Amino acid sequence: MSLDKSLKVRVLVSVGQHPKSGRERRADQDSRALELALGMPGFSVGLLHAGSESPALREYLGMGVKAIDVLKQPSSADVVPALVQALRNDSPDLVLCGTRAETGEASGMTPYRVANALGWPLVPAVVSISRGSDGTYEVLQALPRGQRRLLKVRTPFVATVDPAAAEARQSAFGPAQRGQLQAVAVASVADPAANDLEFSPARKRPKRIAAARKATTAAERFKAATVKSASKGGQVLVKETAAEKASAILNLLVAEGVIAVDSPS
Amino acid sequence: MSSIIRKDPRKNWILRNRLHPLHQQMLVAEGAGNNAVVRGPSGLIRKNPHNIGFIGPNGIKRIDRLGGSGTVVAAGQRGEAVDTRLPLVQISNPESWIVVVPDLAGGRLTSHDRDVLGQARQLAAANPACAVVALVFGDLSENLADDSNGLALAGVDRLLHFSGDDWNGYCPEQELAAMLAVHRQLLPQHWLFPDTHLSGNDRALRLATRLEERPAMHAWQIRDGRVTCRAGSERNDVTRSLPKVVALLAECAMPVDDSRHEVLPMALPELPGVLARIQDAGAVAVDPNQIAMAEAGFILSAGNGIHDWEQFHEAARVLGATEGASRVAVDDGFMPRFRQVGATGTWVTARVYVAVGISGAVQHLQGIGACEKVIAINTDAGCDMVKRADLSVIGDSQEILAALIEQVKALRQPAASEGGRHHVA
Repeated sequence: MSLDKSLKVRVLVSVGQHPKSGRERRADQDSRALELALGMPGFSVGLLHAGSESPALREYLGMGVKAIDVLKQPSSADVVPALVQALRNDSPDLVLCGTRAETGEASGMTPYRVANALGWPLVPAVVSISRGSDGTYEVLQALPRGQRRLLKVRTPFVATVDPAAAEARQSAFGPAQRGQLQAVAVASVADPAANDLEFSPARKRPKRIAAARKATTAAERFKAATVKSASKGGQVLVKETAAEKASAILNLLVAEGVIAVDSPS
Repeated sequence: MSSIIRKDPRKNWILRNRLHPLHQQMLVAEGAGNNAVVRGPSGLIRKNPHNIGFIGPNGIKRIDRLGGSGTVVAAGQRGEAVDTRLPLVQISNPESWIVVVPDLAGGRLTSHDRDVLGQARQLAAANPACAVVALVFGDLSENLADDSNGLALAGVDRLLHFSGDDWNGYCPEQELAAMLAVHRQLLPQHWLFPDTHLSGNDRALRLATRLEERPAMHAWQIRDGRVTCRAGSERNDVTRSLPKVVALLAECAMPVDDSRHEVLPMALPELPGVLARIQDAGAVAVDPNQIAMAEAGFILSAGNGIHDWEQFHEAARVLGATEGASRVAVDDGFMPRFRQVGATGTWVTARVYVAVGISGAVQHLQGIGACEKVIAINTDAGCDMVKRADLSVIGDSQEILAALIEQVKALRQPAASEGGRHHVA
């Protein structure tokens, strides 16, 4: 595949839900995925949505996209076969989506199943994508504690966007109203396993309290839960020289692995 | 002799009257002091409320209402040699398996890993021939495989350990191949993962996709064969029957704390050759001051004891630490407000927190409550930060920081020419 041709990116978008009010909105992670796609120069970006047609989808159009392809599916359907069929017809080079939906079960399986069905690699938790030197794409992946890792992948691939990626731009009202929601006819596949799921309002999770290992009386349990264990206090260096004190600190930092010592290998 | 109890009104009167001069003599004559049987005017045995309890070490009367479980009783057992090792649980011929893939961040079990292993033990308890297998990728820290420690106390019966350089980086496709090979070999009842960003979550989803299972992600409670998961936006719970692949949130179950397990290594299955389509090009150097304070892993924090601020910034740069500050340093204008650590600033979760010249106000100590290792550099050996710290260094911060900068530079010197790390703008 020549690198001169503009890369075809498809962003899978869903209808989100405000975490407090429950109002329909653009999904936060999906809009970050769109922001990432729009921020890459020379990429032709298209949007794909499987499910019901909702006015909230127009918020994606307000970010500067002309149209969204909507694969109309009933709410009980499994959307993955429809998405896979649409992507096969379209044959993009790169598929971007959020990590997790904001409504429904939100297990995060959709990108993995799409990638598996297409036979493409899946790269999770992406924050930026750039063109590499040798025909590969350099993908920056977000790790915990603000760290980043560089991966090299060849197109086509599926990537999920991390919540640490750049925040999505505002949605403009005018372009949102002018944009098109283009319905695409696809067959729908039912998802009978979803009948097992029982939805209920989220219960507050119990807070863990420290329990005594062999508590036989109420007094012991109470003591274990409330009394803070007296700190043992660590090592205290007073009389050593400054260099010895510094090396004690350095040894601890190296043992904890926060100071990288590149081993000569 | 007649069976009628003869009353001696005078004796009873003396026994009842503690102020009578003959009271003590009469008590001794009647029996063994406190245990004296005192009969009331009608001949009934009376309990003397003044004789309950005992005199404590500082002469104050104490009444033990704990039924003998207090510290006084425990003190008597001090000299005895007690085997403090927990009972060893052995499963010789396992018939079914529960596989746990712990994260082992930095080669050590996290508390989340222990919770998931505790959940696995609870599930395995239903069948005495069910063993918990830990499937570990990458190197372990040295003492983790030791019998008296780590995995054995966390509840691992068997260990499948893929180690070596091939397994230390990011290799999801290779890990998936290994998980599938283990699945074919053991046909486990359940696969449990800690639901953590990029490690447990990613592995669970890859495995479930390939096994064509519907996994229970973000699960927080397993009860009576049903699992409860947090659904999207944290607004709903989804309850369903327990599937094969489960990714569990932290604090899903209590960790194992009352038994030891034999961490027996198992033979590794043959792995097919895997074409790695995702290549790991290594970690990228990130400017530590760009990392949000709340999630920074290594913080160098400054307080009132810092006089040379240029040197402090230099130290943070050389160590590669995120800068923090106490409230005093912020109020005095030496550090920006968003760098403040403590109850009124940011609650930090760093693994290593170095407090330079911070005496440790309560609000500051609250803010660093989640830090694993705290190092204090201070002139006052009696301050609260020294009591909290794992390593305290008493002395002038300027001298110690200068020595530290010098030593870190010397440590980095030989490796600097290799330039193995990538930089990002």
